[in-house]
Amino acid sequence: MAQTTYLEAIRQALDEEMARDPSVVLLGEDIGVYGGAFGATQGLLARYGWERVVDTPISETAIVGAAIGMSYTGLRPVAEMQFMDFIACCFEQLANFAAKSHYRWGAPVPIVVRGPSGGGVHAGPFHSANPEMYFVHTPGLKVVCPATAYDAKGLLKSAIRDNNPVLFFEHKFLYRRVKEDLPAEDYSVPLGQAAVRRAGRDLTIVSYAAMVQASLEAAASLADDGIEAEVLDLRTLVPLDRETILASVRKTNKLLVVHEDTRTGGMAGEIAALVCSEAFDDLDGPIVRVTAPDAPVPSAPALEEGFLPNAAGIADAARRLAQA
Amino acid sequence: MQLTLTREQQLELYYFMRLNRALEERLDRLARQGKIVGGLYSSLGQEAISVGSAYALEPGDWIAPMVRNIGSLLVRGYSAREIFTQNMGRANSPTNARDNASHLGDLSVRHVVSPISMLGDLIPVMTGVAMGARFLGQKRVAMTWIGDGGSSTGAFHEGLNFAAVQRAPLVLVLENNQWAYSTPVARQVPLRDLADRARAYGVPGAIVDGNDVLAVYRAAKQAVDQARAGHGPVLIEAKTMRMRGHAQHDPAEYVPKKMMEYWKARDPIARYERALTVGKLWSAADKKQIDARIERELDEAVEFAESSPLPGAKEAGEIESGVYCEGCHEIAPEWQRAKEELLPPKSAVAARWVVNDFGAFEEHAPRDIVMQTAAPKAAAKRAPARRTAHAKVTKSSKARKARG
Repeated sequence: MAQTTYLEAIRQALDEEMARDPSVVLLGEDIGVYGGAFGATQGLLARYGWERVVDTPISETAIVGAAIGMSYTGLRPVAEMQFMDFIACCFEQLANFAAKSHYRWGAPVPIVVRGPSGGGVHAGPFHSANPEMYFVHTPGLKVVCPATAYDAKGLLKSAIRDNNPVLFFEHKFLYRRVKEDLPAEDYSVPLGQAAVRRAGRDLTIVSYAAMVQASLEAAASLADDGIEAEVLDLRTLVPLDRETILASVRKTNKLLVVHEDTRTGGMAGEIAALVCSEAFDDLDGPIVRVTAPDAPVPSAPALEEGFLPNAAGIADAARRLAQA
Repeated sequence: MQLTLTREQQLELYYFMRLNRALEERLDRLARQGKIVGGLYSSLGQEAISVGSAYALEPGDWIAPMVRNIGSLLVRGYSAREIFTQNMGRANSPTNARDNASHLGDLSVRHVVSPISMLGDLIPVMTGVAMGARFLGQKRVAMTWIGDGGSSTGAFHEGLNFAAVQRAPLVLVLENNQWAYSTPVARQVPLRDLADRARAYGVPGAIVDGNDVLAVYRAAKQAVDQARAGHGPVLIEAKTMRMRGHAQHDPAEYVPKKMMEYWKARDPIARYERALTVGKLWSAADKKQIDARIERELDEAVEFAESSPLPGAKEAGEIESGVYCEGCHEIAPEWQRAKEELLPPKSAVAARWVVNDFGAFEEHAPRDIVMQTAAPKAAAKRAPARRTAHAKVTKSSKARKARG
């Protein structure tokens, strides 16, 4: 059987959830006849019809607003952002409407807003960003960042079945680059459980999304030098699996946090604060961050290469930390 | 179309308008006593709009009020007790004191969507409610309100445009009360009639005297019936005047005195009382009886709210509870159509656009594109062609990108 790409895994999750539950509907720009800018909704209009796969105007506020409204009638809408950068256009609907709804008046908002984020394809400042932290900082939203094809499918299913607004940040660099054999039967991956991608004793590398792959590459090269790094994949930033992070740090006593998002206000700071307050005595070295610099994602290949963290940089930082 | 109301219904309109005003007078008094939590936004002079428009709805329809729509909440079944406990931040308020003013809602019974303070955002949301209800096979209409000021927000335009493209059963009542906080309408919108906003979206835009409750009711009823029949959204501009400041703290000294006098002479309740008298629909005794009933109800409700507990101090963990829905709500849509219609093979369609007029401007061909309802060839035998109520959509930018 052919291996399934990360992108195809997302398409399958949508297809299978739509087949399972007629209250799952899709909204987005160019998702119907065209099948989505990256093809994540290819073939779904033909199968499920115009009412369940809704091509919308270029109108993110209308897309997410309507998804919220549809969810109030008991439906489970999945809205596509053509690029996750465009989620800024509907920040209001997410941060003020969806996120606060259940808390303020007990109205759950079972929607998913999904789409491609991240760099590595030379798409420039408006098609490459990692805007997850705006939403990690917004109570009421859940934030999912899959790193593998298996997780992309299993986490998306959980996101659709969840009763809360879930932002699902796919990584476009992984769309066609990672693939694996997926189970034939229905499965889901629960939100809030990190995965240990590689076990190790010398230091812990915590990461998510595309940087999990880079961290694993780095861990492989570290192993050649006799350094055994444990690689954790957070999978979801909200809810955050604090226990798995703390358990790993208590074992390895050293922590490196890696993300493609920019540095200041990034997830690494939050994890560092968590570990400092809960496991300070277990640390045998400084908590180190490998992240993108505090800049927009530049367009030209050479500039973007300088912007993005990579396996070599992660391995260098890890070596220094291991020897600290 | 039922545009005439029985005597009982006409008296009920009076009851709701008077209740709306008397209730807000009590709120005003409570605010002066320091018993209101949060802002207080008066709808004095605008009661005919809240009451007349909501009165045109059927049971099961949806509303999303704005802060000046207490009257609509009352018509849709909210009690004075709920309004007082909410505005007084009592622990037993509809939001358990987590929000204030008219920021309350009820998904399961009364179909009220709670507003947020940011203006215009209810319009795309209520478009989605209208689409969702239609999707489930319900014949329900969604109604919401917006002010002259709020009609300049992006959400207003994105919401109305999407509702129009989707022909969603949405009725949008634009209360032109002449002022957005301190800014007069001429400084906000370069239009004489805000109903003209509708023209940009191919939506009917009606203008109504917002201080005439029967006129508001009739316009709303026509719009609601039209939306329910599947003809898409309607915008109603109700011209009126905000007779107080933006909120309680604002003495509104920027409003010209003569303007206030002009509108005071057009007070919607006084006008309606005269109409009922001229039409011989009531006697002085009827009015006295209704007014007395309202005072009794409000006395009881205020007493209930004042004796209701304020929320106690809470630990951070308790404050965080309820941010997420974790098994506390079961979400079950109310299907009024066969789910099979929405599942393969019945849901299968030929996924392509058919553009009738090729987009040429000189053509006089219908400017619709047709969504194919015939099943694709592979599935043709299993799934016969299906006609949906909204198989036609107004041409969108997507059409110009069409590939087939």
